[in-house]
Amino acid sequence: MSQIVIASGLGSGRVVFLAKGSKTGAVAWGGLIEVSEVAADDARAAELLAIAEADAATQNEVVEPYLIDVEDKGGQLRPTKYREVIRCLGPTVREDLGKQAEGTSA
Amino acid sequence: MYRYDEHDHALVQDRVTQFRRQVERRMAGEISEEQFRPLRLMNGLYLQLHAYMLRVAIPYGTLDSRQMRKLAYISRRYDKGYGHFTTRQNIQYNWPKLEETPDILAELAEVEMHAIQTSGNCIRNVTSDQYAGAAKGEIEDPRIWCEIARQWSTLHPEFSFLPRKFKIAITGCDNDRAAVKVHDIGMIMKRDASGEVGFEVIVGGGLGRTPFVGKTIREFLPKEHFLSYLEAILRVYNQLGRRDNKYKARIKVTLHETGKEEFTRLVEEEWMQIKDSTLKLPKEEVDRIAKHFEPPAFKAVPEVAPTVDARAASDAGFASWLRHNIFEHKTQGYSIANISVKPMGEAPGDATAEQMDAMADLADEFSFSELRVTHSQNVVLPHVEREALPALYDKLVEAGLATANLGLLSDIICCPGLDYCALANARSIPIAMKIAERFTPAKQEEIGDLQIKISGCINACGHHHVGHIGILGVDRKGEEHYQVQLGGSATEEAALGKILGRGFSADEVVEVVDKIIATYLDIREDGEEFIETFRRVGQTPFKERVYGTA
Amino acid sequence: MALLERREDGAAEIEDRFTRLGDEDALPGSGGVLVSFSRFSAEREALLARDGDLGVWLDSNESPTELADDLDRLAVVACNFPAFNDGRAFSYARLLRERLGFKGEVRAIGEVMLEQIAFMVRSGFSTFELKDLKELDEFKRVCDEVRVVYQPTGDGRQTALQRRLGS
Repeated sequence: MSQIVIASGLGSGRVVFLAKGSKTGAVAWGGLIEVSEVAADDARAAELLAIAEADAATQNEVVEPYLIDVEDKGGQLRPTKYREVIRCLGPTVREDLGKQAEGTSA
Repeated sequence: MYRYDEHDHALVQDRVTQFRRQVERRMAGEISEEQFRPLRLMNGLYLQLHAYMLRVAIPYGTLDSRQMRKLAYISRRYDKGYGHFTTRQNIQYNWPKLEETPDILAELAEVEMHAIQTSGNCIRNVTSDQYAGAAKGEIEDPRIWCEIARQWSTLHPEFSFLPRKFKIAITGCDNDRAAVKVHDIGMIMKRDASGEVGFEVIVGGGLGRTPFVGKTIREFLPKEHFLSYLEAILRVYNQLGRRDNKYKARIKVTLHETGKEEFTRLVEEEWMQIKDSTLKLPKEEVDRIAKHFEPPAFKAVPEVAPTVDARAASDAGFASWLRHNIFEHKTQGYSIANISVKPMGEAPGDATAEQMDAMADLADEFSFSELRVTHSQNVVLPHVEREALPALYDKLVEAGLATANLGLLSDIICCPGLDYCALANARSIPIAMKIAERFTPAKQEEIGDLQIKISGCINACGHHHVGHIGILGVDRKGEEHYQVQLGGSATEEAALGKILGRGFSADEVVEVVDKIIATYLDIREDGEEFIETFRRVGQTPFKERVYGTA
Repeated sequence: MALLERREDGAAEIEDRFTRLGDEDALPGSGGVLVSFSRFSAEREALLARDGDLGVWLDSNESPTELADDLDRLAVVACNFPAFNDGRAFSYARLLRERLGFKGEVRAIGEVMLEQIAFMVRSGFSTFELKDLKELDEFKRVCDEVRVVYQPTGDGRQTALQRRLGS
């Protein structure tokens, strides 16, 4: 199962994704799921999480990074758990709020 | 209502300065997230699914128009134009930024508001009867004591790192509208044999994973010992409450595991040591606070209001609003007016900035500038002249705030659920909306008093355990799934609902509610309310209809 | 690790004149020692008899009422915070000061967070083991940051109520 790292911006509290090409010392976080670095296996996923956690602990940019399962849905990355889909989109009862209103993110 | 003096102001302002400093330290990396988390929680700032969430305290649910306007302003300036009224009489904002939170707190401090201790393992907002100071049959305004408890509990040096959160509710009426029996400490004001006013003290109520109805540990506590007794209970809990297991850390478990007799003995033993100490409140201070809760300058008006009767006779909408949303006031010629924050198609308890401003204006015009927030997530104008009710109604209609559904099916208590909350397992708001949509206003009238309460997880912020119909959302193999309970009640006849049987999908659950109600309508006798029918016949007829089995 | 002592105008770093002994460590011939409550219970006579000041540290599940009879022979009672959010010791410190009348040093050890200092001082702690204090000034700032207190404790600080009543 493919995985990505998701976290919350420290200042904004908004959902952010560990971006492609991130490595220790050169970590980037993006606001849309499309930018995510995708891990194809558990070993790589663990690596990405470690990079993210180190970044969270030292850079004061994000908090609470964790891994989520994702799948390819018609060329789009999408979380497999509905909780994470809601995190990536916004409240289902307010389609005018959240990332779904700012430009899709799942 | 209570007005800050210079000391109250100073504390709240200093707290803002302190939090600003703590945020700066955090942003600069001087303190870790682990160290910062309890600090931000003690200022009511959570990290949720989409953003931070700020829970602002509305002490014992009382606020004035100036404060309501500030809440509206904050929602516009720092949030997304709305706020959510909660089951503890607070308001939540779902989209603040950490960096702006000190500014929000500074704005609140200007109008004597704050977010102190609305989260964290400390003493939370002391809640009360939303009709306090207005309802008939009240022994004394409980908010005097809520304010005394509020000050005593604010930044209490000994009780800021309790085993778990601590919730206190106080009512001044036998009719308990404050759900005191499902609080960590619930107090009911009463008179003893000599007519002296004091408190029945109930400990260990609570919902969540292990729900309990509270136990009376002291039948009568004289007023002068109010604080020392609270301190004794908290000191015993702070030392004895479990710290090894988050799910067993509330005082309800401590009381259960220790046993009521032994727990009471420990409290009384501690209390003996401190009851005549510095915690005894001088009459002067009680009087000072009580003065703030004196009734407003009511006019001498007759009870009979011809405009009301005439309007009710000719306007069915007004008549319905009168029937459901208006409650009897203790003062002749006045009424208590409920504003439903449960309009069709909206999340229960959510109000827009425009609606908040409208409510503030209406409070100024009709209710001595005073409002209340209820634990059912509605708002109250507590002191409205009966003659003014038609005019108030018309303005509420204009503002989209005239839904005549207080206590009816669509007056649902509902937590934010998985649409917002990081703790949730399932969504709750869409379920509430679907249920409300399913029944026309006429049908809801026919059904009568019915309290549906929905929680998106076992933490039970939606109070599902004490709903006539309670719904709990769970995660079952990666799908949202809903358990239905029947027969709960949060009143003085507090009871925990019983699960009906196996759970349902989101699509099925509305059908289930329909069947439950159909059953009730079939078998009710003599104008019985839902809960009365349930108490008479039990679960069986409902189970049979829902599951098609005996 | 700094050991700080509360002073009128903030705090001062002080030398620890107590050696913290493990339960199996040999007793030094002289000098102050700080031992666990279980060691104190087991070796009470020997510890009280020896030459040098004696201190006992309590873990978060050990109430100071257990030491009531011996407090006048102890120079320091330390309360451990195994985690900063284990707040039992706030009650213990108050009991030590206000119930048991202890006048010696009450020390906060373990996971002591700077942001809790004001509560600790109010509860009766007089010394603090702080792991990463950057400046001494921070201690004073944290203590004085909130000018008003509502609750009476043993710290003698004037409460809002006392100010209102002009006492």
